[in-house]
Amino acid sequence: MSDFTSGFWSLWVIVLTLGGIAFCAWLLLATGRGVPRPADGQGVGTTGHVWDGDLEEYNNPLPKWWSNLFWITIVFSLVYLALYPGLGSLPGVLGWTSTGQYQRERSDAEARLKPLLDRFAPMPIEAIARDPEGRAMGERLFLNNCAQCHGSDAGGSRGFPNLRDGDWLYGGSPDKIVETITGGRLGVMPPLGAVLGEQGSKDVAAFVRSLSGLPHDRLRAQLGKPLFVQNCAACHGADGKGNQAVGAPNLTDGIWLYGSSEAAILEGISKGRNVNVSPGTLAMPSFQDTLGEARIRLVAAYVWGLSNK
Amino acid sequence: MAFTHETIERNLGWMIVLTVLTVSIGGLAQIVPLYFQKSTTEPVAGLKPYSALELAGRDIYIREGCNNCHSQMVRPFRAETERYGPYSVAGEFVYDHPFLWGSKRTGPDLNRVGGRYSDDWHRVHLQNPRHVVPESNMPAYPWLAKTPAYAGDIEAKMRALRTLGVPYTDEAIGKAQEELAGRTEEDAVVAYLQNLGVTMKNAR
Repeated sequence: MSDFTSGFWSLWVIVLTLGGIAFCAWLLLATGRGVPRPADGQGVGTTGHVWDGDLEEYNNPLPKWWSNLFWITIVFSLVYLALYPGLGSLPGVLGWTSTGQYQRERSDAEARLKPLLDRFAPMPIEAIARDPEGRAMGERLFLNNCAQCHGSDAGGSRGFPNLRDGDWLYGGSPDKIVETITGGRLGVMPPLGAVLGEQGSKDVAAFVRSLSGLPHDRLRAQLGKPLFVQNCAACHGADGKGNQAVGAPNLTDGIWLYGSSEAAILEGISKGRNVNVSPGTLAMPSFQDTLGEARIRLVAAYVWGLSNK
Repeated sequence: MAFTHETIERNLGWMIVLTVLTVSIGGLAQIVPLYFQKSTTEPVAGLKPYSALELAGRDIYIREGCNNCHSQMVRPFRAETERYGPYSVAGEFVYDHPFLWGSKRTGPDLNRVGGRYSDDWHRVHLQNPRHVVPESNMPAYPWLAKTPAYAGDIEAKMRALRTLGVPYTDEAIGKAQEELAGRTEEDAVVAYLQNLGVTMKNAR
């Protein structure tokens, strides 16, 4: 096979392996030869060596059970090497490979699961969410793949959206949920600290807090309003109600991904969110390769069902 | 006199030579050919050397002993590839000196963790794993976020790796200091984790 850099190495392995087995067989024969099995009642001879003047060593023949076991292992090894890949690049009679075994394991499992998944393929997401089996499968997939960030109760935590409150960054329709799970999401809030300055940032933060009726400094909120319209409205809208097309949160609904404190809002304004993430990564990862379409629909049904009883 | 068992027993030189020869057969047949196999010596398509920041993160990963609880080796079993992603292949590790395959999983395997979570998730998780995984028994690493990544020996490390065959360019080594400037150890570890296994991500 082509994996070795030269054919020599295949030969090297074959010679050492078969040579080693042949050596064991020879050793077994050679040590057994010339050592007569003593008749009953007769003494055993010695090897003829004498150490320290009077130390000698009996020369018993190898026990039959032991040498026979050894022969069996030699036969086993030869049969094994003929059937399985072991001699250099020779594939073995059975053609077994570890990747082949893995592929078979996968295709067997997929064949077993196919009827289960096929039942849900033509069903709309809403119907899967009402199906007890579909919901159970979706929940299992959710717990294995989504709970690490969104929590096992889907309640989310700071920075990780709550999925049961009916509030959606990118939209809560079944199609949008499927889209989010399939492609992932990266909602970037650009840092505006340099543009707004320290006082400006505080003014905007006060205005943002006023949008959902939180306690705020009225004067600062008044000063912050034009700054908001100028710098934030493009994504969050002039009324602060957000824009699901770009994942800009609604700032008026009292639901806060990173907290509603002035410090949390200021941090978001001055440093931004999801700025300079590692190359190739998202905030919400894509599950296209991990789960595949059929399973993504089950998870989406479970998630949709959490806020659509 | 014929060459017999006794000859070997009474002659230390023969004893040593033949013993060494006998015990080395297994290694000669099983280990030596690995150095002459393409799948173990050539990088998989698209494999890139660690960036300076990732390399610093890798050394912190080693310092903190992450590899004592996390393996980096997805085995070719369905149960593993369903959970982690495509199984690991030797060619992914040719730039790893030393490799961090590990042999014990108190925590999950990390070879396919790159891109699996967001940067923010890793930061929260390193600060205190219980913040995102309540049942986690992983220790917290809050000092990583407060400690600047040490850049003093980064060029020397990259040059040392280059002598071992990692294709660092002079340009990459020249920019190493700049890449680490102002970054914390947490930044470095997150960069390293987010790069783990991404070359083969879609190979399943």
